[in-house]
Formats: sequence, C-alpha cells, structure tokens
Amino acid sequence: MVWNPRDHDAPTRVVDLDHAATTRLRPEARSAMEPFLADRYGNPSGIHAAARDALRALDEARERVAGVLGCTPGEVVLTSGGTESDVHAVSGGMPPRPGVPVCAAAEHHAVLRTVEALDGRVVDVDAAGRVDLDALGGTLESLASADRGASVVSVALANNELGTVVDLEAVASVVRRTAPGVPLHTDAVQAAPWLDLRVRSAPASLVSVSGHKFGGPRGSGVLVVRGGVELRPLLPGGGQERGRRSGSVDVAGAVGLAAALEAASVERSTVVERVGGLRDRLVGRLLGADVGVRRTVEPTDGLEVLPNFAHVRVPGVEVEPLLYLLDEAGLRVASASSCSSGAHRASHVLEAVASAGAVVDGAALRLTLGPETTADDVDHAAEVVVGVVGYLLDRRSGGRTPAASGGRR
Amino acid sequence: MRVLVALSGGVDSSVAAAELVAAGHEVVGVTLRLWGGPSDRGCCSVADVEDARRVAAQLGLEHHVFDFAERFHASVVEPYVRAHADGRTPNPCVECNRSVKFDALLDRADLLGFDRLATGHHARIAWVEGRAHVARGADAAKDQSYVLHPLTAAAAGRVLFPVGDLGKDEVRRRARALGLRTAAKPDSQDTCFITASGGREAFLSERTGLHPGEVVDVDGAVVGRVDAVELVTIGQRRGLALAGGADRRYVVDVDVPARRVVVGPPERLQRGTVRLEQVAWNGPVPTGTVLVQTSAHGVAAPAVVASSDVDAGDAEVRWLRPRPRVAAGQSVVVYDGDVVRGGGVASAG
Repeated sequence: MVWNPRDHDAPTRVVDLDHAATTRLRPEARSAMEPFLADRYGNPSGIHAAARDALRALDEARERVAGVLGCTPGEVVLTSGGTESDVHAVSGGMPPRPGVPVCAAAEHHAVLRTVEALDGRVVDVDAAGRVDLDALGGTLESLASADRGASVVSVALANNELGTVVDLEAVASVVRRTAPGVPLHTDAVQAAPWLDLRVRSAPASLVSVSGHKFGGPRGSGVLVVRGGVELRPLLPGGGQERGRRSGSVDVAGAVGLAAALEAASVERSTVVERVGGLRDRLVGRLLGADVGVRRTVEPTDGLEVLPNFAHVRVPGVEVEPLLYLLDEAGLRVASASSCSSGAHRASHVLEAVASAGAVVDGAALRLTLGPETTADDVDHAAEVVVGVVGYLLDRRSGGRTPAASGGRR
Repeated sequence: MRVLVALSGGVDSSVAAAELVAAGHEVVGVTLRLWGGPSDRGCCSVADVEDARRVAAQLGLEHHVFDFAERFHASVVEPYVRAHADGRTPNPCVECNRSVKFDALLDRADLLGFDRLATGHHARIAWVEGRAHVARGADAAKDQSYVLHPLTAAAAGRVLFPVGDLGKDEVRRRARALGLRTAAKPDSQDTCFITASGGREAFLSERTGLHPGEVVDVDGAVVGRVDAVELVTIGQRRGLALAGGADRRYVVDVDVPARRVVVGPPERLQRGTVRLEQVAWNGPVPTGTVLVQTSAHGVAAPAVVASSDVDAGDAEVRWLRPRPRVAAGQSVVVYDGDVVRGGGVASAG
C-alpha cells in the first residue's frame, strides 16, 4: 500500500530500529546504578568507609567487565565512552605515541579523525567495508622501511554503518608479519552486544567498548589495555585508573555498564539467533516488495554481518524526505552513522566501499534491531518503509497528491 | 492547515512561526543548511540553527534541518561567481528565493504533506483576478518584495508571509512579549555566504580571477587604476582613487574583458530605457504606467513597459523621466502599485 503523508495522523505505533545509535538503559543496569546515584556516593579514591564502599563496588564492576571481555581486571580502563577509548588507543595518550598511526578507511570518525590529526595512514577497504589485508601489509612494510614506523593499527571488529565483521585474527597476523610489536586496536563498540569479545577481540591488544550500545548508561566506556602495551594518560591528573585515566571515577556508570554487559552476555546466544532471524525476515520483506530496495552489501562467501544490522539503499529516492516521512510514520532509523546528525552528509564509509566497486546510489538506510525487537515490529517497519518508498517513487514519476483535502486531522 | 515554516534563526521568522501557531495551524519548523563554507552572518551558522531550534521549542514546534547546500551552491553561489567574472552585478538573494526557498523547499513541503510554506519575509500576497502575486509588506523600510519577485502565481498561492502585515517594531514587540530569544537579534544584512572579515574580494579571489584595470575618463584619458575590475559597479563613486579633479565622477561603464572602467559626470549615467532579459510576468504584460524598482532598497520610479517578447523572455522598460543606468545583472522589478507584476535582470549595454 502506498503511504501518503496527507492521510496520516500522528503514528499510533513507534518502532525503534536504530539500536546501533543508542539503546534504552537495561533494568539490570538501572537497579544496579540507583544506590550509587544517591546514598552510596563515595569517591573510591578516598579512605573513609563511604570511599571504601565505592571502591569495593568499582572493583566488583571491573571484575565483571573483565570476565565478559576476556581480560584481567587490571587491563580494564574505565572511560567516558567509545570516542575517548578510541582516541586514547589510537593516539597512545598525551603526548602521542611515537610513530605513524594506521587505520582503515571505514573506521568510525573517532579513529579516523585521530589518525588524520596525527598525520597517520588510511588503508583502503573492500566493497563490504573490511580492511584490505594486502594494502594493510603494504602500508606497514613501507612504513617499516622508512624513518617512522607504525605506532598502532586500528581496525574495527564490526563496521558501525554496515555491520560488516572483520576477521581480526587475519588482521593481527598481517600486523605480526609486517610490523611486529606494533599494537593492534579494535573498536568493538558495535560488536560488543552481539559477538563474544572473549574470543573475537582476543587478537587485539587494545579494545574499545561503549556502555550505551548494550543497555548501559551513556558516558560510560572501557578501553581494554592488555599487558605489555604502553599507554600514556590522555587525561593526566589525579592518577586514577592506575595512572592511565584521571578524573574521579563514575562508580554508578561503571556499575551500570558492568551489569548491562553481563546481562547482554548471558542472553547473547538466544538473542543473536532470534534477532538474526528477524533481521533476515525484515530484509526479505524489503527486497520482496516491488519498490527497488537493495542490499548495500550483497552476501558473499565468508561475509559476516552483525545479526542486528540491515543496511539497504533505495535508488531513485532522496534520503532527507525518506527519513522525514519514516519518522513521521513512527519508524526510527538512521541514514548512515548517527554521529554527524543534523543535516545529512555523504557517509565516508559508503564513499570508501564505493571506491572498492560497491554500488551505493540512492538513499541509504541503516536499520538496526535490538534484543527487544519483535516480529510485529519488523513486519510493521517493512510495511512503513515499503509504503513511504512507494509514495516517494510515485511522486517522483510525476504523480501528485490530491490537493489538501482536509482529510488529515 | 499544515504549515512548514522556514526558521532562519532571526526575529522575523520566529514571530512568523508564533503567528501561525496562534492562528491554530499545525506548524513544523525547518532551518535550511545552505552554505558549508565559513560564514559569520546570515542564515547558516551553527548559532543561527541553534536559535531557530530554541525558538521552535519555545513555541512547541518540531524542528528539522534540511540540507540544501548542493542546490544553493549550484543555483546561487556558482552563478554569483560567474556573474562577477562577466562584469555583471548579481543579486544572490533573488536567486536563492527563486531556486531554493520557493522552488526546492516549496516542493519539499508539498512532498511531505504540507499545505503551505511560510517564511518571515516582509511581503504580502495579493490576489488579482484569481492569481496570487507577491506584494509589498506593510513596513516600507523592510519590504522584501523586490527579492521575492520571481515567485510564480502557483508558488505565491502556496506561500504565507505572516509578518508581512506588521511593522518591524511590532515584530520585535511581539517577540519580546513572547519571550523569544531572538527578540533583540540584529537583522541579517548583505550576502549570507560572504564573511564580514574577508568581504566580496576575498570570496571572489578564491573562486575566480580578479584583474587590475585602468580607470579612464569619457575621453579615454587614464585617470587611475583599480585592483579588481570585477568588483566595480556602474554608478559607483567611492573607492576608485582617482587622480586630480574635484568634480563628481561616477562609474559609467565597466568593460571586464578590456580591464577598463570609465568614469564620468553624473549626467552620463542617465538613461531613458532599460533592457531586460530572463523576464517573467505574473499574468498579462502590464499596460499603462507601472512602478519599476532596480535595487533592493531603491525607490520605484514610474515607467511603461515599452515592449515585451514573452517567448524570448526580454522586455524594454521606458522611464517617464531619465534614470541612472542599471548595472547588468541587477534585478528589475515591475510593480502595479504595491503588487509585483513581473521582473527580469538588466541586460548589458
């Protein structure tokens, strides 16, 4: 059915398919945090009873985080979120780690802009957004033979726009071969809720995670710094976090992040299967409707995509009116990455995959499911997208809406 | 009605939105992102978008940002640069209204299901024999009908100018009464994509060649030099650094390819007619005496439309009394009383 903005009142149903942007605080996180937002407000750096209480909670949170991420508690640096973790890992702190930082062209801006700011090198990706291993090896070899070697290699475990997963062990093996001793960093912000990081992030010695992507509080994050990797503080000061990150530690944030991460980890295997099935159902309905919706990344052998990601494009449709009308119809989605909100700019990820031969024309839609997404949500979302796209295509081919009939309201 | 109101972050569009809400319309606010380059005034700075968003929130409106930067660049900025390179004096606000606000944005409003597009322009809509026309706003000093002249009857019929009936003082009084944060904000002036610090010269020198030239008098004697012939406008008097002669001399001709500026006494500027191109009439070609305005803040002088080839889009306007020559590229707007009947741009020569 073709949707028409003139026939619709305010939506009766809202469906959130923008979980890659952020998520609702999980009940486990909320109840774990509540005591630390008021009564148990001690600063863990102090020595009195309230401080010791906070430190105990912090220690426990750190252990729980370490358990899910597969590292020791001492390797967990609590940060303000994914961006801080990325900037810290890539720069190496202040002053920056000597040498040339290297990343892939489809990295999150927190990594890409840091690499650019430090005059680093950006390596091409394939049509699915995964780093080109030959190009990476070539870049690292050429740096090794120059005066300044690589300082760090940063490759996200899963791309934050397309959801494509990288074989991190293969990346690590290229780094070991062409730049031995250079730390590998992975931005695991999108992957954290969906992949077992104990295994999947193990090849990296620096790992970024952000709390609010899996039901933790915003403003909480982790940088895993495995033993042996040198890191200066990005924020010098009172020397918290073993001197790696100063500032009074946000105990409530740490406790909330730990609770959410653990809850997500416990339910992961069942949720991944269910959400993956719903994602396939959504994509099937979008492609099956006759409105020209296409997958941005076509499935190929060996392609792994996060189970909650559906990235599609709609040729012949402008993205701005599409997003406006989807929002008006109660469907929350993103065009590319939500981090450069406001107006809609071309996505550097789509540009990067386009230069590797991917076809990216049309309006791009990133639909990302969450653990609470239902089959009804997915069916409704597909109906809305197909209806709105049908309307826009209809209008584009010269069809006019009937003059204001007063039928709305 | 469902009304999309364009909020620039200024006081006029803020009050326009408030008037629409008070009238009981279903209103949504939008701010256009037009210019990606540096700007320290006008309608696209981050601070202006923030003002627009806060005003929308005060009025209980949803607020969106639409990105029309590509369209703006292609239909306003590029022609602006080309016109200077050709020695014409363009009016980018007219082009923006023609191609961006009352074409692309109006189409967008329709596509999204809005019945009307509203802006904070000081102008009114007059219906003459069933056709909608742009007409002068109530505040003569703030009237913007000149820069709105390209609106077609179809466009004018889908547009609302809620502050067109108000004086500027009244607009500010209403903004204060509502506690809008834009109440005391200074009016935007000049070209929004040109910085006050660098000016036209810095903007154009990065995008097209600026060439020094000689200044000659009407007998051909060299009397001075200019740094950039592209920046000299017919009728200009200042900034020429002429040698000798305390007499009043004006630019009477600019020849960019020859890199030459001609100055002369004011009577050499006088013309009995002005030729127009890219002419569009809203309704039939006017007969009888009309009022013709040749700059945004100029006076309208009586004239007749001596001839008009509607298909070719050109026309000749004959002044009742001779008028100073109009620089090529300037918009020339024909009024019947306060009602815009059409317009075009002045031809060279």
